[in-house]
Amino acid sequence: MDSEACTLNVRVWRGGESGGFREYEVPRLESQTVLDVVTYIQRRIDPTLSYRFACRVGMCGSCAMTVNGKPRWTCRTHVAKVADGDRLEIAPLSNLPIVRDLVTDMTPFFEKWQRARGRFQGGHTRRDDFARVPPDSRERQNTDAGIECIGCGVCYSACEVVAWKPEYLGPAALNRAWTLVNDVRDTDRRARLSAVAGDAGCHACHTQMHCTERCPKQISPTAAISGLKRLVLAAALKGELEEEPGR
Amino acid sequence: MSPRAQVLLWGAQRASAAVLAICVAVHLATVIYAVRNGLSAAEILGRTRGNAPWLAFYLVFVASVAVHAPIGLRAILAEWTRWRGRSLDLAMLLVGGLLALWGARAVWAVFA
Repeated sequence: MDSEACTLNVRVWRGGESGGFREYEVPRLESQTVLDVVTYIQRRIDPTLSYRFACRVGMCGSCAMTVNGKPRWTCRTHVAKVADGDRLEIAPLSNLPIVRDLVTDMTPFFEKWQRARGRFQGGHTRRDDFARVPPDSRERQNTDAGIECIGCGVCYSACEVVAWKPEYLGPAALNRAWTLVNDVRDTDRRARLSAVAGDAGCHACHTQMHCTERCPKQISPTAAISGLKRLVLAAALKGELEEEPGR
Repeated sequence: MSPRAQVLLWGAQRASAAVLAICVAVHLATVIYAVRNGLSAAEILGRTRGNAPWLAFYLVFVASVAVHAPIGLRAILAEWTRWRGRSLDLAMLLVGGLLALWGARAVWAVFA
């Protein structure tokens, strides 16, 4: 590593929606992650820098940021993989309101999980026997494909349709709905299919697949949304959708 | 518009796209085949006048366009502008009606 490459030139977003980038010089280290860079700036250069993280091991989904133009989980993203030479640009996630610096307000993101009825609704009591779900059944396989979502918001930030149509539920909420629609224990299927139907729901997706490309957990929200489109269309043809799905 | 109606519109657009895929392929193949000896109005009219299967095919083509285009335009306008709701739906209904009318008129003009 030559002397120039020993320093990273990092542009970091400071302020709110009308803020701007500020430049910092950070020593480059072996196996350094983008989160390490942000932490270095806050601890050694400017303690007023706001950012969010918790687990540092890719489980909690709280440290996602826009790194050199693409949304990523910063704790598992090595600088060596994403730096443009010695340049790194770190901004908050797009498609979400900025609270300050690198912190976005995740409220709209999780409100859409609620709107998509992203909560399990069971029909059994403690006196009932365990539900038996064959691991190789189609429904269980569908659920397995999407269940590892950590709610980081990377897919939501990468989605063009969310940018064009702010009321669109987005890939994460729809992926969550798909895992529940495939849960044979769940009793809220009709209301959920109604909640994800139509112009602001799964049918707004253009299948551009940026959510799938960017998902750090290799989930394909696009596949989940395609599944929902088929099920919801079948329900609509049979007249099974609720007219006012409680939005 | 109810969520059910929105979903049925989406279904109609997909179904019309499937029909259009066939119609466009047949149309292009016919055009390429038909112009091999040059193209004249007399030759076209000689092929289309009183040709009932030709009339049926192009009426299906026009109907598919009249269904497909306004639904897609509705989605594009909702994404690119702030235009939403009933006025947009009615405007797109008008676009579909005009496409059907003009298309059917053009088909009839070379059939009759």
